Amino acid sequence: MVKKTVLVLCIICFFVSLSSICSGKAFGAAKPYIFGLLLVGPYNDRGYSQSHYEGGKYVEKTVSGTKMLYIDKVNPGDRPGVTIPQLVDDMVEKGARFIIANSDDMKDGIREAAFMHPDIYFVHCSGDDVLTGKAPKNLSNLFGRMEYGKMIAGFAAALTTKTGKIGYLGPLINEETRRLAASCYLGAKYAWEKVLKKNSNDLKFQVTWIGFWFNIPGVTADPTQVAQNFFNTGYDVVVSGIDTTENVVVARQKRMQGKNVWAIPYDYEGACEGADDVCLGVPYFNWGPGYVRLIKASKSGNWKSEWLWLDPDWKNINDHDSSSIGFAAGPALPSKARQHTDDFIKRLGTDKLNLFKGPLYYQDGSVFLKEGEVATDKKIWYMKQLLKGMAGQSGTL
Amino acid sequence: MRKFIRYFFGIKLTLIAAFSFTTLILLLSGASPFAAYYHIFKGSLGSWIKFAHVIAAWIPLTLCACGLLYTFRIGLWNIGVEGQMMMGSVFTTYALRLGIESHHPVLFLVLSFAAGLIGGGIWALIAGFLKTKGGVNEIFAGLGLNFVAQGIILWLIFGPWKRPGIASMSGTALFPPQLWMPYFSSIRLSPVALSLALIAVILTALMLRYTRIGLSLRAIGNNSHAAYLFGLKPGRYMLLAMIFAGGFAGLAGSIQVTGVYHRLLPAISSNYGYLALLVVMLANYNVWIVPAVALFFACLNVGSIQLPMMLRLDSSLSGVIQGALVLATLAVHAWQIRSKDKKWVN
Repeated sequence: MVKKTVLVLCIICFFVSLSSICSGKAFGAAKPYIFGLLLVGPYNDRGYSQSHYEGGKYVEKTVSGTKMLYIDKVNPGDRPGVTIPQLVDDMVEKGARFIIANSDDMKDGIREAAFMHPDIYFVHCSGDDVLTGKAPKNLSNLFGRMEYGKMIAGFAAALTTKTGKIGYLGPLINEETRRLAASCYLGAKYAWEKVLKKNSNDLKFQVTWIGFWFNIPGVTADPTQVAQNFFNTGYDVVVSGIDTTENVVVARQKRMQGKNVWAIPYDYEGACEGADDVCLGVPYFNWGPGYVRLIKASKSGNWKSEWLWLDPDWKNINDHDSSSIGFAAGPALPSKARQHTDDFIKRLGTDKLNLFKGPLYYQDGSVFLKEGEVATDKKIWYMKQLLKGMAGQSGTL
Repeated sequence: MRKFIRYFFGIKLTLIAAFSFTTLILLLSGASPFAAYYHIFKGSLGSWIKFAHVIAAWIPLTLCACGLLYTFRIGLWNIGVEGQMMMGSVFTTYALRLGIESHHPVLFLVLSFAAGLIGGGIWALIAGFLKTKGGVNEIFAGLGLNFVAQGIILWLIFGPWKRPGIASMSGTALFPPQLWMPYFSSIRLSPVALSLALIAVILTALMLRYTRIGLSLRAIGNNSHAAYLFGLKPGRYMLLAMIFAGGFAGLAGSIQVTGVYHRLLPAISSNYGYLALLVVMLANYNVWIVPAVALFFACLNVGSIQLPMMLRLDSSLSGVIQGALVLATLAVHAWQIRSKDKKWVN
């Protein structure tokens, strides 16, 4: 009996002592403006989620008095049983007043949470709830115009390929991924026809989708295998559309086996690191400026529900303070191709060059843009199929 | 109440073993064990909202565990409970899809629960038939069927049930709110789901203790040959136990669809089935202990999300604790039996 009582007392003492440790932390220091970040993948994935993580760090550095709270691997595969509204509840409890959801996959969850917490500001990256009118007043959408980044990637890929076969490692199929794959193709086609003066029918552009933003063993197709398959079947440049860098890893392996292959990763500026021999460059997101704009608006009371699709800063697309997307040329890009690429970027920034200009056709032959027609934002955003000339599933077929 | 106290003091050796192991791992990974336990505790029982999240995890876990009590009672290892839960959610989704345009959402919600029950039951019955008629061990049959169920879900999500214009493994389209299980919006907890779980516990307790079925299950589980000679048909009772297990698991699947995710996704079962196996073993197959252990496991599951958020630790630590607990239970149990045997020999 004595033993039992002692044990119970010990347990009680244990928890009481803990609570005193932690309440001590709350004293002192001005209250920071806490913002929460929900990342779909690991914060250090060298891809999409890491680019957001760096964006959050940039906010902490740039906007004084802000503090980031983040949770990564927010997807039902990695965190079974955990839902977006639950995580938002928790972050709000911890004092967050501004919450960013970084993935397309969180669209429904973050809208539900936004309705439940009308006093908290929400940002959903890549979504269109504001456009479709489904968003409450405290929810905004933010995305960079990665179309340009993908065009540059496609351009560099087409200049480099020796076999004329470019593989595109696609994630899942939706409007966003269709328009990004299509942009990549448009860039490649432009280089092929205008720079190399070749017949566009000789350019093979194959899109293979894995089913999600990154590999989930047993659920998606394995991106490593898809990339290997590309390289084994004569595709010598593989452009990634997924959140992680499998295509670079596989390209390096093939390079070590003596194959002449290249890769273009995606999302994160540092994705080429350690792959100097194969990496042609990376189109990447720079979330900092967009985040800062929205957080400042929320802090100063100038918030309004917006759909932001931010441009690169054409003066210098790699300016971290102003450009929402960029392209970091890789060491493997030959110097002549690099010059062409730089010229291409310059021309994209002027009104002279618009690759989303008709005539362009969908994969099934129907008209996407009539002769001379320039696509509106909405038309690009809501592309229904891949373009004619691209091989691969469109999702609607 | 006495039973609880006796149980908890009975397993103190287990607890000590499991927590020393986990603490060791935490120390090795360079984290403060106290901070980790504190955050798990605070993250699961620190507020009413968090407690509601815990209950949301407790409900499917308890339902699966209740089902497993029937199969364990008759001596079957129904590892296929995970797949039964998945099939429950597939059938539920099917029923709800029929009701999207309907003006009687409640009717379709009820139907979807019935469908979930049937789906889980059928899946369990297949494993049961393989066992009784085909002589296939229920562990292998169950594991195989789990993979098949997962395959079916993936195929449905990427194929026939995909969202228009979209092909993504993230799941089917969200159901309209009228087809969500009614819940208290402030704490996001469904009273219907909670009552279902409580009813399941009580029903299971009554069935196992006071009915002929319960007695027969136990008789066959203890000595199937003797029970057979006594006139009981083990095969038939095995199928019955499987139907119960599958039905409860299917119901848990229904709740995951209608109450938690509001759609079908690849990870719909959230590993609750496998976790329920551990719960039941740790609860020493006692129906009254099961809810308590399930609550503890639910706390670990919900609270562990704090580890990456507050301490930058991987949240799989909760899995380590859960696994260590079960292994420790088995080890301590074996050790106790051995020392008893030794005493007897001496």
